[in-house]
Amino acid sequence: MKILVIAEHDNLSLKPATLSTVTAALAIGQPVDVLVAGAACASVANAAAAVAGVSRVLVADHPAHAAQLAESIAALVAEIGTQYTHILAAATTTGKNLLPRVAALLDVAQISEIVAVKSADTFVRPIYAGNALATVQSDDPVKVITVRTTAFAEAASAGNAAAVEPLNVVKEQALSAFVGQQLSTSERPELTAASVVISGGRGMQSGENFVLIEKVADKLGAAIGASRAAVDAGFVPNDMQVGQTGKIVAPELYIAVGISGAIQHLAGMKDSKVIVAINKDAEAPIFQVADYGLVDDLFKVLPELAEKL
Amino acid sequence: MKILVAVKRVVDANVKVRVKADNSGVDLTNAKMAINPFCEIAVEEAIRLKEKGQADEVIVVSIGDKACHEQIRTALALGADRGIHVEAQDGLQPLAVAKLLHAIVQRESIDLVLVGKQSIDSDNNQVAQMLAALGGMPQGTFACGVEVQDGKLKVVREIDGGEQTILLSLPAVVSTDLRLNEPRYASLPNIMKAKKKPIDSLTPADLGVSVAARLRTVSVEPPPERSAGIKVASVDELITRLKTEAKVI
Ligand SMILES: Cc1cc2nc3c(=O)[nH]c(=O)nc-3n(C[C@H](O)[C@H](O)[C@H](O)COP(=O)(O)OP(=O)(O)OC[C@H]3O[C@@H](n4cnc5c(N)ncnc54)[C@H](O)[C@@H]3O)c2cc1C
Repeated sequence: MKILVIAEHDNLSLKPATLSTVTAALAIGQPVDVLVAGAACASVANAAAAVAGVSRVLVADHPAHAAQLAESIAALVAEIGTQYTHILAAATTTGKNLLPRVAALLDVAQISEIVAVKSADTFVRPIYAGNALATVQSDDPVKVITVRTTAFAEAASAGNAAAVEPLNVVKEQALSAFVGQQLSTSERPELTAASVVISGGRGMQSGENFVLIEKVADKLGAAIGASRAAVDAGFVPNDMQVGQTGKIVAPELYIAVGISGAIQHLAGMKDSKVIVAINKDAEAPIFQVADYGLVDDLFKVLPELAEKL
Repeated sequence: MKILVAVKRVVDANVKVRVKADNSGVDLTNAKMAINPFCEIAVEEAIRLKEKGQADEVIVVSIGDKACHEQIRTALALGADRGIHVEAQDGLQPLAVAKLLHAIVQRESIDLVLVGKQSIDSDNNQVAQMLAALGGMPQGTFACGVEVQDGKLKVVREIDGGEQTILLSLPAVVSTDLRLNEPRYASLPNIMKAKKKPIDSLTPADLGVSVAARLRTVSVEPPPERSAGIKVASVDELITRLKTEAKVI
Protein backbone atom coordinates (compact mmCIF):
# COMPACT_ATOMS: atom_id res chain seq x y z
CA MET A 1 0.00 0.00 0.00
CA LYS A 2 1.21 3.48 -0.90
CA ILE A 3 -0.99 6.53 -0.88
CA LEU A 4 -0.65 9.91 -2.58
CA VAL A 5 -2.58 12.93 -1.33
CA ILE A 6 -2.79 15.95 -3.62
CA ALA A 7 -2.39 19.10 -1.53
CA GLU A 8 -5.04 21.82 -1.79
CA HIS A 9 -3.30 25.20 -1.68
CA ASP A 10 -2.96 28.65 -3.24
CA ASN A 11 0.87 28.60 -3.49
CA LEU A 12 1.03 30.35 -0.12
CA SER A 13 -0.80 28.25 2.42
CA LEU A 14 -1.94 24.67 2.79
CA LYS A 15 -5.75 24.49 2.99
CA PRO A 16 -7.46 22.65 5.85
CA ALA A 17 -9.18 20.42 3.27
CA THR A 18 -5.82 18.68 2.87
CA LEU A 19 -5.77 17.82 6.58
CA SER A 20 -9.09 15.99 6.30
CA THR A 21 -7.86 14.22 3.17
CA VAL A 22 -4.77 13.00 5.03
CA THR A 23 -7.05 11.56 7.73
CA ALA A 24 -9.00 9.67 5.06
CA ALA A 25 -5.72 8.44 3.57
CA LEU A 26 -4.48 7.19 6.93
CA ALA A 27 -7.76 5.32 7.37
CA ILE A 28 -6.83 3.40 4.22
CA GLY A 29 -3.21 2.71 5.10
CA GLN A 30 0.36 3.92 4.98
CA PRO A 31 2.73 5.39 3.89
CA VAL A 32 1.08 8.65 2.85
CA ASP A 33 2.94 11.01 0.51
CA VAL A 34 1.69 14.51 -0.21
CA LEU A 35 2.15 16.15 -3.61
CA VAL A 36 2.42 19.93 -3.66
CA ALA A 37 2.20 21.08 -7.27
CA GLY A 38 2.44 24.83 -7.65
CA ALA A 39 4.77 27.75 -8.24
CA ALA A 40 6.91 29.32 -5.52
CA CYS A 41 5.09 27.05 -3.11
CA ALA A 42 7.85 26.22 -0.60
CA SER A 43 5.79 27.45 2.35
CA VAL A 44 3.03 25.01 1.38
CA ALA A 45 5.52 22.15 1.21
CA ASN A 46 6.82 23.00 4.66
CA ALA A 47 3.31 23.13 6.06
CA ALA A 48 2.55 19.74 4.50
CA ALA A 49 5.70 18.24 6.02
CA ALA A 50 4.45 19.22 9.47
CA VAL A 51 1.12 17.37 9.11
CA ALA A 52 0.84 14.33 11.38
CA GLY A 53 1.05 11.01 9.56
CA VAL A 54 2.68 12.29 6.37
CA SER A 55 5.74 10.27 5.28
CA ARG A 56 7.07 12.38 2.46
CA VAL A 57 6.26 15.60 0.63
CA LEU A 58 6.90 15.81 -3.11
CA VAL A 59 7.20 19.35 -4.43
CA ALA A 60 6.63 20.05 -8.11
CA ASP A 61 7.52 23.74 -8.03
CA HIS A 62 7.40 25.26 -11.50
CA PRO A 63 5.89 28.39 -13.11
CA ALA A 64 3.82 26.10 -15.36
CA HIS A 65 1.94 24.94 -12.25
CA ALA A 66 1.11 28.43 -10.97
CA ALA A 67 -2.63 28.27 -11.69
CA GLN A 68 -2.78 24.49 -11.12
CA LEU A 69 -4.60 23.94 -14.40
CA ALA A 70 -5.95 20.41 -14.62
CA GLU A 71 -4.36 19.63 -17.98
CA SER A 72 -0.77 19.85 -16.77
CA ILE A 73 -1.25 18.74 -13.16
CA ALA A 74 -3.25 15.66 -14.19
CA ALA A 75 -0.50 14.61 -16.59
CA LEU A 76 2.02 15.00 -13.78
CA VAL A 77 -0.05 13.05 -11.26
CA ALA A 78 -0.77 10.30 -13.78
CA GLU A 79 2.95 9.93 -14.48
CA ILE A 80 3.88 9.34 -10.84
CA GLY A 81 0.50 7.80 -10.01
CA THR A 82 1.32 4.27 -11.10
CA GLN A 83 3.69 3.99 -8.13
CA TYR A 84 0.71 4.33 -5.80
CA THR A 85 -2.22 2.18 -4.78
CA HIS A 86 -4.41 5.18 -3.94
CA ILE A 87 -4.54 8.81 -5.06
CA LEU A 88 -6.68 11.13 -2.96
CA ALA A 89 -7.74 14.76 -3.14
CA ALA A 90 -10.34 16.81 -1.33
CA ALA A 91 -13.71 17.07 -3.08
CA THR A 92 -13.23 20.80 -3.61
CA THR A 93 -13.65 22.41 -7.02
CA THR A 94 -9.90 21.91 -7.50
CA GLY A 95 -9.96 18.23 -6.59
CA LYS A 96 -13.12 17.55 -8.59
CA ASN A 97 -11.59 19.26 -11.61
CA LEU A 98 -8.38 17.26 -11.40
CA LEU A 99 -8.97 13.69 -10.26
CA PRO A 100 -11.37 12.41 -12.93
CA ARG A 101 -8.80 13.53 -15.49
CA VAL A 102 -6.09 11.64 -13.61
CA ALA A 103 -8.28 8.53 -13.39
CA ALA A 104 -9.01 8.53 -17.12
CA LEU A 105 -5.32 8.90 -17.92
CA LEU A 106 -4.67 5.86 -15.72
CA ASP A 107 -7.68 4.03 -17.22
CA VAL A 108 -9.26 3.49 -13.80
CA ALA A 109 -12.52 4.54 -12.17
CA GLN A 110 -12.74 7.57 -9.96
CA ILE A 111 -14.66 7.37 -6.71
CA SER A 112 -16.33 10.66 -5.83
CA GLU A 113 -16.81 12.28 -2.42
CA ILE A 114 -16.30 9.37 -0.09
CA VAL A 115 -17.66 9.81 3.43
CA ALA A 116 -16.23 6.60 4.93
CA VAL A 117 -13.46 4.08 4.34
CA LYS A 118 -14.62 0.48 4.84
CA SER A 119 -11.37 -1.13 3.72
CA ALA A 120 -8.55 -0.44 1.28
CA ASP A 121 -10.85 -1.12 -1.68
CA THR A 122 -14.31 -0.36 -0.31
CA PHE A 123 -15.75 3.09 0.33
CA VAL A 124 -19.05 4.78 1.14
CA ARG A 125 -20.35 7.71 -0.90
CA PRO A 126 -23.62 9.62 -1.04
CA ILE A 127 -25.76 9.43 -4.18
CA TYR A 128 -29.11 11.04 -5.09
CA ALA A 129 -28.37 14.25 -3.17
CA GLY A 130 -27.50 12.26 -0.08
CA ASN A 131 -30.80 10.37 -0.03
CA ALA A 132 -28.84 7.13 -0.29
CA LEU A 133 -25.39 5.98 0.72
CA ALA A 134 -23.68 3.58 -1.70
CA THR A 135 -20.91 1.24 -0.60
CA VAL A 136 -18.67 0.65 -3.61
CA GLN A 137 -15.76 -1.69 -4.18
CA SER A 138 -12.98 -1.20 -6.71
CA ASP A 139 -10.63 -3.77 -8.23
CA ASP A 140 -8.61 -1.15 -10.09
CA PRO A 141 -4.84 -1.23 -9.43
CA VAL A 142 -4.94 2.45 -8.46
CA LYS A 143 -7.92 3.85 -6.59
CA VAL A 144 -8.49 7.50 -7.43
CA ILE A 145 -10.69 9.11 -4.80
CA THR A 146 -12.10 12.50 -3.82
CA VAL A 147 -12.88 12.98 -0.15
CA ARG A 148 -15.82 14.85 1.40
CA THR A 149 -13.85 16.82 3.96
CA THR A 150 -16.71 17.29 6.43
CA ALA A 151 -16.75 13.51 6.96
CA PHE A 152 -13.14 13.30 8.16
CA ALA A 153 -11.53 15.15 11.07
CA GLU A 154 -8.49 17.29 10.31
CA ALA A 155 -5.10 15.68 10.92
CA ALA A 156 -2.87 17.65 13.29
CA SER A 157 -1.19 20.40 11.30
CA ALA A 158 1.97 20.50 13.40
CA GLY A 159 4.50 18.23 15.06
CA ASN A 160 5.76 16.18 12.09
CA ALA A 161 8.90 16.72 10.05
CA ALA A 162 8.42 14.62 6.93
CA ALA A 163 11.09 14.62 4.23
CA VAL A 164 10.55 17.21 1.50
CA GLU A 165 11.75 16.13 -1.94
CA PRO A 166 11.71 18.07 -5.18
CA LEU A 167 9.87 16.40 -8.05
CA ASN A 168 11.30 17.48 -11.36
CA VAL A 169 8.48 16.41 -13.59
CA VAL A 170 6.86 19.14 -15.65
CA LYS A 171 4.12 18.38 -18.14
CA GLU A 172 3.59 21.80 -19.57
CA GLN A 173 0.84 21.95 -22.17
CA ALA A 174 -0.60 24.57 -24.45
CA LEU A 175 -4.22 23.41 -24.27
CA SER A 176 -5.40 25.87 -21.66
CA ALA A 177 -4.28 29.17 -20.22
CA PHE A 178 -5.15 31.02 -17.04
CA VAL A 179 -6.69 34.43 -17.73
CA GLY A 180 -7.70 35.66 -14.30
CA GLN A 181 -9.80 35.11 -11.24
CA GLN A 182 -12.16 36.97 -8.99
CA LEU A 183 -11.94 35.71 -5.48
CA SER A 184 -14.39 36.74 -2.79
CA THR A 185 -12.63 38.24 0.17
CA SER A 186 -14.09 37.98 3.59
CA GLU A 187 -12.92 38.40 7.16
CA ARG A 188 -15.29 35.65 8.15
CA PRO A 189 -14.37 32.02 8.66
CA GLU A 190 -14.34 29.84 5.55
CA LEU A 191 -17.78 28.36 4.90
CA THR A 192 -16.77 24.71 4.84
CA ALA A 193 -14.59 24.98 7.95
CA ALA A 194 -16.73 27.26 10.18
CA SER A 195 -18.25 25.94 13.39
CA VAL A 196 -21.29 28.17 12.95
CA VAL A 197 -22.96 28.87 9.60
CA ILE A 198 -25.95 31.12 8.99
CA SER A 199 -27.53 30.94 5.55
CA GLY A 200 -30.14 33.08 3.85
CA GLY A 201 -32.59 32.06 1.14
CA ARG A 202 -35.08 33.61 -1.21
CA GLY A 203 -36.97 34.90 1.83
CA MET A 204 -34.21 37.51 2.30
CA GLN A 205 -35.67 39.34 -0.73
CA SER A 206 -32.49 41.22 -1.65
CA GLY A 207 -28.72 41.33 -1.32
CA GLU A 208 -28.97 44.45 0.86
CA ASN A 209 -31.04 42.54 3.39
CA PHE A 210 -28.14 40.15 3.96
CA VAL A 211 -26.84 42.89 6.29
CA LEU A 212 -29.34 41.48 8.78
CA ILE A 213 -27.63 38.09 8.52
CA GLU A 214 -24.18 39.68 8.77
CA LYS A 215 -25.09 41.30 12.08
CA VAL A 216 -26.02 37.95 13.57
CA ALA A 217 -22.94 36.32 12.00
CA ASP A 218 -20.75 38.97 13.63
CA LYS A 219 -22.11 38.03 17.05
CA LEU A 220 -21.58 34.31 16.48
CA GLY A 221 -18.30 34.42 14.54
CA ALA A 222 -20.23 32.61 11.83
CA ALA A 223 -19.65 32.05 8.13
CA ILE A 224 -22.46 33.06 5.79
CA GLY A 225 -24.06 30.74 3.26
CA ALA A 226 -27.04 30.85 0.94
CA SER A 227 -29.53 28.73 -0.95
CA ARG A 228 -29.37 28.39 -4.71
CA ALA A 229 -32.41 30.65 -5.04
CA ALA A 230 -30.56 33.46 -3.22
CA VAL A 231 -27.51 33.01 -5.45
CA ASP A 232 -29.52 32.74 -8.68
CA ALA A 233 -31.39 35.93 -7.76
CA GLY A 234 -28.03 37.68 -7.44
CA PHE A 235 -28.34 38.46 -3.71
CA VAL A 236 -24.93 36.90 -3.01
CA PRO A 237 -22.06 35.32 -5.00
CA ASN A 238 -21.98 31.71 -6.13
CA ASP A 239 -19.29 30.61 -3.70
CA MET A 240 -21.82 30.97 -0.88
CA GLN A 241 -24.19 28.29 -2.21
CA VAL A 242 -24.74 25.39 0.15
CA GLY A 243 -26.16 22.18 -1.28
CA GLN A 244 -25.94 19.13 -3.51
CA THR A 245 -24.22 21.13 -6.20
CA GLY A 246 -22.66 23.81 -4.03
CA LYS A 247 -20.68 23.49 -0.83
CA ILE A 248 -21.14 20.80 1.77
CA VAL A 249 -21.06 22.05 5.35
CA ALA A 250 -21.37 20.29 8.69
CA PRO A 251 -20.90 22.90 11.41
CA GLU A 252 -21.81 22.63 15.08
CA LEU A 253 -24.66 25.05 14.41
CA TYR A 254 -26.44 25.77 11.12
CA ILE A 255 -29.08 28.48 10.98
CA ALA A 256 -31.33 28.49 7.90
CA VAL A 257 -33.17 31.76 7.40
CA GLY A 258 -35.92 32.12 4.80
CA ILE A 259 -34.94 28.78 3.24
CA SER A 260 -37.67 26.25 2.45
CA GLY A 261 -35.51 23.12 2.73
CA ALA A 262 -35.45 21.61 -0.77
CA ILE A 263 -33.76 18.19 -1.14
CA GLN A 264 -30.81 19.85 -2.87
CA HIS A 265 -30.26 22.31 -0.05
CA LEU A 266 -30.59 19.66 2.67
CA ALA A 267 -27.92 17.61 0.87
CA GLY A 268 -25.41 20.31 1.76
CA MET A 269 -26.20 20.84 5.45
CA LYS A 270 -28.08 17.98 7.01
CA ASP A 271 -25.00 16.56 8.69
CA SER A 272 -24.73 19.71 10.80
CA LYS A 273 -24.81 18.96 14.53
CA VAL A 274 -27.59 21.39 15.45
CA ILE A 275 -29.95 22.93 12.90
CA VAL A 276 -32.07 26.00 13.51
CA ALA A 277 -34.74 27.07 11.01
CA ILE A 278 -36.34 30.48 10.88
CA ASN A 279 -39.24 30.57 8.45
CA LYS A 280 -42.67 32.16 8.46
CA ASP A 281 -44.25 29.09 6.89
CA ALA A 282 -44.83 26.44 9.56
CA GLU A 283 -45.17 23.80 6.84
CA ALA A 284 -41.75 24.46 5.26
CA PRO A 285 -39.83 21.16 4.88
CA ILE A 286 -36.78 22.66 6.58
CA PHE A 287 -38.60 22.16 9.91
CA GLN A 288 -38.51 18.39 9.36
CA VAL A 289 -34.75 18.40 9.87
CA ALA A 290 -34.45 21.32 12.30
CA ASP A 291 -33.68 20.76 15.97
CA TYR A 292 -35.12 24.17 16.77
CA GLY A 293 -37.68 25.86 14.60
CA LEU A 294 -38.94 29.40 14.92
CA VAL A 295 -42.03 30.19 12.87
CA ASP A 296 -41.88 33.91 12.39
CA ASP A 297 -40.99 36.75 10.04
CA LEU A 298 -37.23 36.82 9.54
CA PHE A 299 -37.25 40.62 9.29
CA LYS A 300 -38.45 40.69 12.90
CA VAL A 301 -36.34 37.78 14.17
CA LEU A 302 -32.92 38.69 12.75
CA PRO A 303 -32.62 42.17 14.33
CA GLU A 304 -33.81 40.76 17.66
CA LEU A 305 -31.28 37.92 17.46
CA ALA A 306 -28.46 40.33 16.66
CA GLU A 307 -29.41 42.46 19.62
CA LYS A 308 -29.87 39.70 22.19
CA LEU A 309 -26.94 37.43 21.35
CA MET B 1 -18.07 24.56 -35.25
CA LYS B 2 -19.73 21.24 -34.53
CA ILE B 3 -21.08 20.75 -31.02
CA LEU B 4 -21.86 17.50 -29.21
CA VAL B 5 -24.14 17.65 -26.18
CA ALA B 6 -24.63 14.65 -23.93
CA VAL B 7 -27.88 14.29 -22.02
CA LYS B 8 -28.72 11.80 -19.30
CA ARG B 9 -32.14 10.50 -18.35
CA VAL B 10 -32.46 10.79 -14.58
CA VAL B 11 -35.12 10.86 -11.91
CA ASP B 12 -36.85 14.27 -11.73
CA ALA B 13 -35.10 16.67 -9.33
CA ASN B 14 -38.22 17.03 -7.18
CA VAL B 15 -38.55 13.32 -6.42
CA LYS B 16 -37.25 12.20 -3.06
CA VAL B 17 -36.02 8.69 -3.76
CA ARG B 18 -36.17 5.78 -1.34
CA VAL B 19 -33.72 2.96 -0.91
CA LYS B 20 -35.03 -0.50 -1.84
CA ALA B 21 -35.71 -2.88 1.02
CA ASP B 22 -33.05 -5.33 -0.20
CA ASN B 23 -30.43 -2.55 -0.26
CA SER B 24 -29.61 -3.20 -3.91
CA GLY B 25 -30.30 0.36 -5.04
CA VAL B 26 -32.99 3.02 -5.02
CA ASP B 27 -36.56 2.37 -6.02
CA LEU B 28 -37.41 4.21 -9.24
CA THR B 29 -40.63 2.35 -10.02
CA ASN B 30 -43.05 4.81 -11.63
CA ALA B 31 -40.77 7.73 -10.72
CA LYS B 32 -41.00 10.76 -12.98
CA MET B 33 -37.94 10.95 -15.23
CA ALA B 34 -36.40 13.97 -16.93
CA ILE B 35 -33.27 15.33 -18.59
CA ASN B 36 -30.65 15.88 -15.92
CA PRO B 37 -30.96 19.63 -15.14
CA PHE B 38 -27.27 20.30 -15.83
CA CYS B 39 -27.55 18.57 -19.23
CA GLU B 40 -30.51 20.78 -20.06
CA ILE B 41 -28.28 23.80 -19.43
CA ALA B 42 -25.69 22.28 -21.77
CA VAL B 43 -28.32 21.86 -24.51
CA GLU B 44 -29.41 25.47 -24.06
CA GLU B 45 -25.83 26.75 -24.33
CA ALA B 46 -25.24 24.78 -27.52
CA ILE B 47 -28.40 26.19 -29.09
CA ARG B 48 -27.42 29.73 -28.11
CA LEU B 49 -24.02 29.27 -29.76
CA LYS B 50 -25.81 28.12 -32.88
CA GLU B 51 -28.23 31.04 -32.76
CA LYS B 52 -25.25 33.40 -32.51
CA GLY B 53 -23.88 31.84 -35.68
CA GLN B 54 -20.91 30.31 -33.86
CA ALA B 55 -21.97 26.72 -34.30
CA ASP B 56 -23.11 24.96 -37.46
CA GLU B 57 -24.58 21.82 -35.98
CA VAL B 58 -25.69 20.60 -32.58
CA ILE B 59 -25.75 16.84 -32.09
CA VAL B 60 -27.32 15.43 -28.95
CA VAL B 61 -26.36 12.02 -27.60
CA SER B 62 -27.82 9.94 -24.81
CA ILE B 63 -26.55 6.64 -23.49
CA GLY B 64 -28.89 4.14 -21.92
CA ASP B 65 -31.88 1.96 -22.68
CA LYS B 66 -34.61 2.82 -25.24
CA ALA B 67 -36.41 5.10 -22.81
CA CYS B 68 -33.81 7.83 -23.23
CA HIS B 69 -35.22 8.52 -26.71
CA GLU B 70 -37.65 10.71 -24.78
CA GLN B 71 -34.80 12.91 -23.52
CA ILE B 72 -33.18 13.04 -26.97
CA ARG B 73 -36.51 14.19 -28.45
CA THR B 74 -36.77 16.86 -25.77
CA ALA B 75 -33.32 18.18 -26.69
CA LEU B 76 -34.27 18.09 -30.38
CA ALA B 77 -37.41 20.08 -29.57
CA LEU B 78 -35.25 22.65 -27.80
CA GLY B 79 -33.25 23.09 -31.00
CA ALA B 80 -30.61 20.38 -31.41
CA ASP B 81 -30.27 19.22 -35.04
CA ARG B 82 -29.99 15.46 -34.73
CA GLY B 83 -29.66 12.75 -32.15
CA ILE B 84 -27.55 9.72 -31.41
CA HIS B 85 -28.74 7.01 -29.08
CA VAL B 86 -26.10 4.65 -27.73
CA GLU B 87 -28.01 1.58 -26.65
CA ALA B 88 -26.62 0.28 -23.40
CA GLN B 89 -27.79 -0.70 -19.98
CA ASP B 90 -28.71 2.24 -17.75
CA GLY B 91 -26.25 3.44 -15.18
CA LEU B 92 -22.98 2.98 -17.08
CA GLN B 93 -20.05 4.26 -15.06
CA PRO B 94 -18.42 7.59 -15.94
CA LEU B 95 -15.28 6.08 -17.51
CA ALA B 96 -17.40 3.99 -19.89
CA VAL B 97 -19.57 7.00 -20.75
CA ALA B 98 -16.46 9.10 -21.41
CA LYS B 99 -15.03 6.39 -23.70
CA LEU B 100 -18.27 6.19 -25.69
CA LEU B 101 -18.39 9.98 -26.03
CA HIS B 102 -14.74 10.01 -27.04
CA ALA B 103 -15.47 7.56 -29.85
CA ILE B 104 -18.33 9.77 -31.05
CA VAL B 105 -16.17 12.90 -30.86
CA GLN B 106 -13.68 11.22 -33.19
CA ARG B 107 -16.28 9.81 -35.54
CA GLU B 108 -18.10 13.13 -35.90
CA SER B 109 -15.05 15.44 -35.74
CA ILE B 110 -16.56 17.43 -32.89
CA ASP B 111 -15.08 20.82 -31.94
CA LEU B 112 -16.86 21.39 -28.66
CA VAL B 113 -18.49 19.00 -26.21
CA LEU B 114 -20.96 20.40 -23.69
CA VAL B 115 -22.04 18.22 -20.77
CA GLY B 116 -23.58 18.83 -17.36
CA LYS B 117 -21.14 19.06 -14.47
CA GLN B 118 -22.86 16.24 -12.61
CA SER B 119 -25.94 14.11 -12.83
CA ILE B 120 -28.32 14.42 -9.93
CA ASP B 121 -28.61 10.64 -9.48
CA SER B 122 -25.05 9.32 -9.28
CA ASP B 123 -23.57 12.71 -8.27
CA ASN B 124 -20.19 11.79 -9.76
CA ASN B 125 -19.03 14.94 -11.54
CA GLN B 126 -16.53 13.07 -13.74
CA VAL B 127 -17.51 12.62 -17.38
CA ALA B 128 -16.31 15.98 -18.78
CA GLN B 129 -12.89 15.67 -17.16
CA MET B 130 -12.48 12.04 -18.25
CA LEU B 131 -13.54 12.74 -21.82
CA ALA B 132 -11.12 15.66 -22.01
CA ALA B 133 -8.31 13.41 -20.79
CA LEU B 134 -9.11 10.64 -23.29
CA GLY B 135 -9.18 13.10 -26.18
CA GLY B 136 -6.15 15.10 -25.07
CA MET B 137 -8.49 18.10 -24.95
CA PRO B 138 -8.63 21.01 -22.50
CA GLN B 139 -11.49 21.18 -20.03
CA GLY B 140 -13.61 24.04 -18.74
CA THR B 141 -15.51 22.58 -15.82
CA PHE B 142 -18.32 24.18 -13.75
CA ALA B 143 -18.82 26.85 -16.41
CA CYS B 144 -20.93 29.93 -15.75
CA GLY B 145 -19.75 31.73 -18.89
CA VAL B 146 -18.73 30.49 -22.35
CA GLU B 147 -17.58 32.69 -25.22
CA VAL B 148 -15.90 31.92 -28.53
CA GLN B 149 -12.96 34.26 -29.10
CA ASP B 150 -10.67 34.09 -32.15
CA GLY B 151 -11.00 30.35 -32.51
CA LYS B 152 -10.55 29.79 -28.79
CA LEU B 153 -13.01 29.33 -25.98
CA LYS B 154 -13.12 31.66 -22.99
CA VAL B 155 -14.68 29.90 -20.03
CA VAL B 156 -15.62 31.44 -16.70
CA ARG B 157 -15.71 28.77 -13.99
CA GLU B 158 -17.42 28.70 -10.61
CA ILE B 159 -14.76 27.73 -8.09
CA ASP B 160 -14.83 27.47 -4.29
CA GLY B 161 -13.23 30.89 -3.82
CA GLY B 162 -15.21 32.76 -6.49
CA GLU B 163 -14.75 32.69 -10.26
CA GLN B 164 -11.87 31.80 -12.55
CA THR B 165 -11.44 32.62 -16.24
CA ILE B 166 -9.46 30.36 -18.57
CA LEU B 167 -8.83 30.23 -22.30
CA LEU B 168 -9.07 26.86 -24.05
CA SER B 169 -7.94 25.75 -27.46
CA LEU B 170 -10.45 23.78 -29.53
CA PRO B 171 -11.54 21.02 -29.54
CA ALA B 172 -12.52 21.32 -25.89
CA VAL B 173 -14.90 19.95 -23.29
CA VAL B 174 -17.07 22.18 -21.11
CA SER B 175 -19.15 21.13 -18.12
CA THR B 176 -22.02 23.41 -17.20
CA ASP B 177 -22.88 24.84 -13.81
CA LEU B 178 -26.29 26.11 -12.73
CA ARG B 179 -25.82 29.74 -13.60
CA LEU B 180 -24.57 29.38 -17.18
CA ASN B 181 -28.04 30.10 -18.56
CA GLU B 182 -31.72 29.54 -17.98
CA PRO B 183 -33.00 26.84 -20.33
CA ARG B 184 -35.95 27.71 -22.54
CA TYR B 185 -39.15 25.74 -22.85
CA ALA B 186 -39.87 23.88 -26.06
CA SER B 187 -42.68 25.38 -28.11
CA LEU B 188 -45.41 23.17 -29.53
CA PRO B 189 -44.36 23.70 -33.18
CA ASN B 190 -40.78 22.80 -32.23
CA ILE B 191 -41.96 19.67 -30.45
CA MET B 192 -43.76 18.67 -33.65
CA LYS B 193 -40.71 19.47 -35.79
CA ALA B 194 -38.47 17.45 -33.48
CA LYS B 195 -40.43 14.31 -34.33
CA LYS B 196 -38.98 14.47 -37.84
CA LYS B 197 -35.37 14.99 -36.80
CA PRO B 198 -33.18 11.91 -37.20
CA ILE B 199 -31.91 9.79 -34.29
CA ASP B 200 -29.15 7.28 -35.10
CA SER B 201 -28.75 4.19 -32.99
CA LEU B 202 -25.35 2.79 -32.09
CA THR B 203 -24.07 0.18 -29.69
CA PRO B 204 -20.88 0.24 -27.63
CA ALA B 205 -19.61 -2.51 -29.95
CA ASP B 206 -20.19 -0.26 -33.00
CA LEU B 207 -18.01 2.30 -31.27
CA GLY B 208 -15.41 -0.30 -30.24
CA VAL B 209 -15.75 0.50 -26.55
CA SER B 210 -15.82 -1.87 -23.60
CA VAL B 211 -18.30 -0.60 -21.04
CA ALA B 212 -17.44 -3.10 -18.31
CA ALA B 213 -18.05 -1.73 -14.81
CA ARG B 214 -14.99 -0.90 -12.74
CA LEU B 215 -16.80 -0.39 -9.49
CA ARG B 216 -19.14 -2.82 -7.81
CA THR B 217 -21.97 -1.53 -5.67
CA VAL B 218 -21.91 -3.66 -2.54
CA SER B 219 -25.00 -2.11 -0.96
CA VAL B 220 -27.12 1.01 -0.89
CA GLU B 221 -28.39 2.19 2.48
CA PRO B 222 -30.65 5.01 3.56
CA PRO B 223 -28.79 7.83 5.32
CA PRO B 224 -29.27 8.27 9.06
CA GLU B 225 -32.65 9.96 9.52
CA ARG B 226 -32.80 13.34 11.17
CA SER B 227 -35.96 13.75 13.12
CA ALA B 228 -37.76 17.04 13.54
CA GLY B 229 -36.98 18.76 16.82
CA ILE B 230 -39.12 21.30 18.59
CA LYS B 231 -40.66 24.63 17.74
CA VAL B 232 -39.56 27.48 19.95
CA ALA B 233 -41.93 30.34 20.74
CA SER B 234 -39.54 33.26 20.79
CA VAL B 235 -36.03 34.51 20.08
CA ASP B 236 -35.37 34.42 23.84
CA GLU B 237 -36.31 30.75 24.06
CA LEU B 238 -34.15 29.98 21.03
CA ILE B 239 -31.08 31.64 22.54
CA THR B 240 -31.61 29.97 25.91
CA ARG B 241 -31.95 26.52 24.37
CA LEU B 242 -28.92 26.98 22.13
CA LYS B 243 -26.90 27.98 25.18
CA THR B 244 -28.09 25.59 27.86
CA GLU B 245 -29.51 22.61 25.98
CA ALA B 246 -27.59 22.33 22.69
CA LYS B 247 -24.55 24.15 24.08
CA VAL B 248 -23.47 25.37 20.66
CA ILE B 249 -23.20 29.09 21.40
C1 LIG C 1 -29.98 20.47 -10.36
C2 LIG C 1 -30.35 21.28 -9.17
C3 LIG C 1 -29.37 21.58 -8.26
C4 LIG C 1 -29.66 22.35 -7.15
N1 LIG C 1 -28.67 22.62 -6.25
C5 LIG C 1 -28.97 23.35 -5.16
C6 LIG C 1 -27.98 23.61 -4.17
O1 LIG C 1 -26.83 23.19 -4.27
N2 LIG C 1 -28.35 24.36 -3.11
C7 LIG C 1 -29.62 24.86 -2.94
O2 LIG C 1 -29.88 25.55 -1.94
N3 LIG C 1 -30.55 24.61 -3.85
C8 LIG C 1 -30.26 23.89 -4.97
N4 LIG C 1 -31.23 23.67 -5.89
C9 LIG C 1 -32.51 24.44 -5.79
C10 LIG C 1 -33.54 23.87 -4.84
O3 LIG C 1 -34.29 22.88 -5.50
C11 LIG C 1 -34.47 24.98 -4.36
O4 LIG C 1 -35.07 25.59 -5.46
C12 LIG C 1 -33.78 26.08 -3.54
O5 LIG C 1 -32.99 25.49 -2.53
C13 LIG C 1 -34.79 26.99 -2.94
O6 LIG C 1 -34.17 28.04 -2.25
P1 LIG C 1 -34.92 28.76 -1.05
O7 LIG C 1 -35.27 27.79 0.00
O8 LIG C 1 -34.11 29.94 -0.67
O9 LIG C 1 -36.22 29.36 -1.78
P2 LIG C 1 -37.74 28.95 -1.62
O10 LIG C 1 -37.94 27.52 -1.82
O11 LIG C 1 -38.50 29.91 -2.45
O12 LIG C 1 -38.02 29.23 -0.09
C14 LIG C 1 -38.07 30.50 0.49
C15 LIG C 1 -38.54 30.32 1.92
O13 LIG C 1 -38.47 31.58 2.58
C16 LIG C 1 -39.58 31.68 3.45
N5 LIG C 1 -39.82 33.12 3.68
C17 LIG C 1 -40.16 34.05 2.75
N6 LIG C 1 -40.27 35.25 3.33
C18 LIG C 1 -40.01 35.08 4.65
C19 LIG C 1 -39.98 35.95 5.77
N7 LIG C 1 -40.22 37.26 5.65
N8 LIG C 1 -39.69 35.44 6.99
C20 LIG C 1 -39.42 34.12 7.12
N9 LIG C 1 -39.44 33.24 6.10
C21 LIG C 1 -39.73 33.73 4.87
C22 LIG C 1 -40.71 31.00 2.72
O14 LIG C 1 -41.71 30.56 3.62
C23 LIG C 1 -39.98 29.84 2.03
O15 LIG C 1 -40.01 28.66 2.83
C24 LIG C 1 -30.97 22.86 -6.98
C25 LIG C 1 -31.96 22.53 -7.88
C26 LIG C 1 -31.66 21.74 -8.98
C27 LIG C 1 -32.75 21.39 -9.93
